[in-house]
Amino acid sequence: MSYSPEQISIMDSIIARYPRKRSAIMPLLHFVQSISGFVTPEGIEKIAELLELSTAEVTAVSTFYTQYKPEPVGEYHVGICTNTLCAVMGGDAIFDAVSEHLGIANDETTKDGKVSLERIECNAACDYAPVVMVNWEFFDNQTIQSVKDLVDGARTGNPPAPTRGPKTLRTWKENSAVLAGLSDGLAGEGPSAGHASLLGLNLSKEGK
Amino acid sequence: MSKLSPVLSAHWDEADSFTLEGYKRHGGYNAVSKALAMTPDEVIALVKDSGLRGRGGAGFPTGMKWSFIPQGDNKAHYLVVNADESEPGTCKDMPLLMANPHVLIEGMIIASYAIRANYAFIYIRGEVVHVVRRVQQAIADAYAAGLLGKNIGGKGFDLELVLHIGAGAYICGEETALLDSLEGFRGQPRLRPPFPAIAGLYALPTVVNNVESIASVPAIIEHGNEWFQAMGTEKSKGFTLYSLSGHVKNPGQIEAPLGITLRELLELAGGVRSGHTLKFWTPGGSSTPLFTAEHLDVPLDYEGVAAAGSMLGTKALQIFDETTCVVRAVLRWTEFYKHESCGKCTPCREGTWWLVQIIRDLEAGKGTPADLDKLIDITNNIAGRSFCALADGAASPIISSIKYFRAEYEAHLTHGGCPFDPIASTIFATVGQP
Ligand SMILES: Cc1cc2nc3c(=O)[nH]c(=O)nc-3n(C[C@H](O)[C@H](O)[C@H](O)COP(=O)(O)O)c2cc1C
Ligand code: SF4
Repeated sequence: MSYSPEQISIMDSIIARYPRKRSAIMPLLHFVQSISGFVTPEGIEKIAELLELSTAEVTAVSTFYTQYKPEPVGEYHVGICTNTLCAVMGGDAIFDAVSEHLGIANDETTKDGKVSLERIECNAACDYAPVVMVNWEFFDNQTIQSVKDLVDGARTGNPPAPTRGPKTLRTWKENSAVLAGLSDGLAGEGPSAGHASLLGLNLSKEGK
Repeated sequence: MSKLSPVLSAHWDEADSFTLEGYKRHGGYNAVSKALAMTPDEVIALVKDSGLRGRGGAGFPTGMKWSFIPQGDNKAHYLVVNADESEPGTCKDMPLLMANPHVLIEGMIIASYAIRANYAFIYIRGEVVHVVRRVQQAIADAYAAGLLGKNIGGKGFDLELVLHIGAGAYICGEETALLDSLEGFRGQPRLRPPFPAIAGLYALPTVVNNVESIASVPAIIEHGNEWFQAMGTEKSKGFTLYSLSGHVKNPGQIEAPLGITLRELLELAGGVRSGHTLKFWTPGGSSTPLFTAEHLDVPLDYEGVAAAGSMLGTKALQIFDETTCVVRAVLRWTEFYKHESCGKCTPCREGTWWLVQIIRDLEAGKGTPADLDKLIDITNNIAGRSFCALADGAASPIISSIKYFRAEYEAHLTHGGCPFDPIASTIFATVGQP
């Protein structure tokens, strides 16, 4: 696959954000994932060419970070937090149940290519535990049943909306473009804050 | 009088709190005008005098950090905001940025002006797409309103602000690893000195501050030091976000003056979940030594927590009740540190691997009492002997849990495995709930 002139001009605009061009390597890797779903050899070569690096230098960076995938993941990549707090609150039970439900293990994808599963680390939403991230959108306060429904919906093209996020769940590739720094115009959707974020504010309004 | 002090979180309940309009409705960006009317040195002095200390974990005085940037050196300076927020339990910066990204941008304009930086970055973790959208939009709106870019507010100050999005690596929260990552390398810590204030991003003078530290600056400029210092304790001034999670009736963010206690916070949050009792908790994330019910009245400020043998850290209060197996909890954190060890230095890379093996055996009831001493020995050989503080963090839960719960480790050996039922500690458990 070769990149279109339009895609190359987006890559040039990403490079132009930085005082030194090597800094653009991470958004460029996210951009490659937005086109191919994972970090392809062609993507590595293109980034190396644009940044005047060797492909080994680009690969060394790409393999350091867990969000860059060496293989395709599902259209809906489901990350279940199993760091201590979420695990204890139910994340371990959710992971086991959903893994069995889908018949796939950690870091595997369903045969239809729709859903992949990953045990993730703390995602900065502990007050909403157990937390599940789909394509890195927040699904707060999950249960075994809610995540089974979620993955079933995803497989039939009808995933539920994130708890704190846009009105409809975007695909892995679409969200990868946002991570490359490209706006999808959806910042205005979703709540300002979830209920747990407002705990102290509400208490103070009650005079506590 | 209310114990609480919502400043950062004051308007999060408004539907448009994250927009420029919503922020300006409550005086947003007034502090920029005020700061730009001062000299940069006056801004630094004011923030120094306020007593504001870093909210990213170490509590270093913010104004003092700014004053370390060499002046008149004719070099480019940088401000880098640390929005990597990946310390287990920590969940304050992401809701802050989701609900009010403009307060960070306003703080960054003021901080950049003070340290004479014309280029600033936000390094945000990549696993939070909706937070990224909110910050992206806020930056675009601030540029459109002339609050960023050339000649801000007609005062001759220029600032470019770039959002840099990470890709999943806890170590990139460590400030020098963050800088390497931002330069386009693998995120591995650098030897210090030189400190970032002398040789930071691209080897140029750089300030790295946490989101909450910088977001606290506009209110200080706006309301002054007397107002700020009326909150908090002698050496820990001001308001801060405490994050309660786990086995509490109502988990969430509570913004209060520094020095509040867990007893007071738990009371506000409805207590430990009903029918259960507090067993252990982290005062500031998994890298800070565990506390128990003994520590309910420790003032949660920098000195109070340190005097009791832990660290205020990120004020991430993870609460675990009596259904939770401390060995299981510590094993999972240790697996986290092993996974996130960047591999640069041997004690941490090899040591965290061994720690996981030993605790796994202990948890499965396969170890011997001598393994517990081996565990302490290895841990002490990693802490303080590694290249960066990640390894010290890895040691904290192990050493503190053995200190308070040695008998529970031993029970795994006599019981031939874990004596706890993991389902009892989930939120879907019905056991023990009235
Ligand atoms: C392993 C490790 C991870 C860290 N993660 C973060 C983080 O996610 N956010 C943060 O602000 N500081 C983090 N820190 C602390 C930073 O190195 C640095 O002290 C902080 O950003 C300084 O900001 P402050 O002075 O405003 O607190 C981490 C430190 C270590 C050792
Ligand atoms: S202590 Fe661990 S994380 Fe820090 S530099 Fe060494 S290997 Fe890397």
